[in-house]
Amino acid sequence: MAVIEIKNVAKRFGDYQALHDINMTIEDQEFMCLLGASGCGKSTLLRIIAGLETATSGEVWIGGRRIDNLSPKDRGISMVFQNYAVFPHLTVFENIGFGLRMQKLPNDEVKRRVERTAELMHIEQLLKRYSGELSGGQRQRVAVARALAMEPDVILMDEPLSNLDALLRMEMRAELKGVLAESKTTAIYVTHDQVEAMSMADRISVMHEGRIAQNATPVEVYRNPAEKFVAGFIGNPPMNFLDAKSAGSGNWTVAGQSFAGPAIDKAAIEFAIRPEDMAPAETGIAATARVVEPLGAHLLVTCDVGGTLFRAVLDSDLVVHPGDILTLAPQADRIRWFDPETTQALS
Amino acid sequence: MNPRILPYVLILPVTLFLCLFFLYPFVLVSQQAFSTGSGFTLDNFKDVMSHWKFPISLKNTLYLAAAVVPFQLALALLMATMVSKMKKGRDLVLYVWTIPLGISDLAAGIIWLAIFEQSGFLNSMMSGLGFIDRPMNLLSYQTPALVFLAIALAEIWRATAIMLVILVAGIGLIPKEYYEAAEVFGASPWKRFTRITLPLLRPSLSTALVLRVILAFEVFAVVQALGGTLFPVLMGETYKYQFELLDGGSAAAIALIILLISIAFTLLILRALRVPKGATI
Ligand SMILES: Nc1ncnc2c1ncn2[C@@H]1O[C@H](COP(=O)(O)OP(=O)(O)OP(=O)(O)O)[C@@H](O)[C@H]1O
Ligand SMILES: [Mg+2]
Repeated sequence: MAVIEIKNVAKRFGDYQALHDINMTIEDQEFMCLLGASGCGKSTLLRIIAGLETATSGEVWIGGRRIDNLSPKDRGISMVFQNYAVFPHLTVFENIGFGLRMQKLPNDEVKRRVERTAELMHIEQLLKRYSGELSGGQRQRVAVARALAMEPDVILMDEPLSNLDALLRMEMRAELKGVLAESKTTAIYVTHDQVEAMSMADRISVMHEGRIAQNATPVEVYRNPAEKFVAGFIGNPPMNFLDAKSAGSGNWTVAGQSFAGPAIDKAAIEFAIRPEDMAPAETGIAATARVVEPLGAHLLVTCDVGGTLFRAVLDSDLVVHPGDILTLAPQADRIRWFDPETTQALS
Repeated sequence: MNPRILPYVLILPVTLFLCLFFLYPFVLVSQQAFSTGSGFTLDNFKDVMSHWKFPISLKNTLYLAAAVVPFQLALALLMATMVSKMKKGRDLVLYVWTIPLGISDLAAGIIWLAIFEQSGFLNSMMSGLGFIDRPMNLLSYQTPALVFLAIALAEIWRATAIMLVILVAGIGLIPKEYYEAAEVFGASPWKRFTRITLPLLRPSLSTALVLRVILAFEVFAVVQALGGTLFPVLMGETYKYQFELLDGGSAAAIALIILLISIAFTLLILRALRVPKGATI
């Protein structure tokens, strides 16, 4: 059982607060993605869990054991480093077997495990090479294989697939997920690629400026963003936002149209809708098309609603020209509302 | 300019310099060593090698190197690791440790003579503390072990820093991610040193060792100051042939023998510490 609990973890680098009071629990065998923009503190959090960085305050527990005062090797973790850290003086075989050798496993066991993980990562033909003779993507797979060979309770991965080409990445994504599920490993997977996070994760933690903005299932994060940041970060293209003026008793005026929304006492809030949750209709938001991009299955139309950028993903059968005025009706159950001051979702 | 010739043009000045000041004198010395006035001969070599002092000085030189260099290597590695781990005051410590580097070897020999001689610090300290009744002659023919020890100490004091600076620079070049990875994968501090630091330090180690070993075979002034005629070494013999016996041919022959030993050890070190083919360090 390897439940990871992170309790009130904060990290300061001098004057810079890299992490603010992080709390989260990763269940046993769960696959958790840490998703966030560059510099938001993903690696820092991962390194604190690994023991390579000391938290300024807070606790880390793994499997019911407080581990933040233990050395990395006693934490039952293994890790894939963002910059691979594949040892240049060892062959791929010895790199993958490094941790096993440190555990003083017998030679044939090392050989068996190295060969098996190498096969999983499709690098069995590279075992005799040195890191200098590998491509970035191959090196990355060696780093993943090295972590997997340890058969750890917890595996921490810092953007392990970032250097693979799109096709290989898709393949590895599925395989990695399968391998981890089979080995019953609890995984924390850092990425800034939302497609990767969406497709692999049991749960996503969206990080923003050293805080967890939302921690929920991929669908939940997509459908019900807890913060405006999440709404704008997840989804490609991201959610649209429009100003909403109070029309009394839970009704709000958005671009001249009236919508039923949260019954709260505020003069103005924000209306949000995903680009694909709209369709042309008789009545709706009037949007002037500016750029029309046919994407095959869909038509991405970038519009202008009263000076605000507004995107719609429409059926590709539609014929739209720049300058056309579209009347777009949002799907009522997909409309979300945000408080402009706290940026939190309203319901 | 043709890119194929360019590198050669660029190294031309230094090549000329080396030819003029190293290769040419080397040829002259070789000529001198292989001739006694008339044609090619090995007489000089036969002469110097059959002299009763030759085996002693060869043995002394090798023993001294064997005693001093491994100890210096270990000490320099320890010091370099310590310096590299320091956050504050690193530069200051490094400067202090490298001070002996700025002192000429003769001066270093004299400093240690001032400690060990009959009226030196060691004697006055020991009699001051009441260990001995009157000052003893520590560096005499009756105490060869002490003479050896004094010379070895002076050499260690004087020339460890040259290895230290090379190793500190080398350790500084090892990315810290490798240590982090090793740590996560269960390597103890000692294992990190033997499995990461040492192998990745091979290029610096071989530079430091080659440099130090060559210097060890050329040891002269320190030995002269502390041991004088009590502890003959090869370089001392060269000096004696050249300036006391005015026998340039024999001096040149010994100089070439020293060169040969140096080359042999250099090759040995380079081979022992070579990086496996394909590994990029
Ligand atoms: N050792 C350090 N000293 C000072 N600041 C640091 C240090 N390490 C990280 N930071 C800062 O902490 C913040 C978070 O860094 P971190 O490496 O965790 O980002 P990240 O989310 O992993 O980004 P990326 O996706 O680019 O890898 C950054 O602003 C970074 O500048
Ligand atoms: Mg990072």
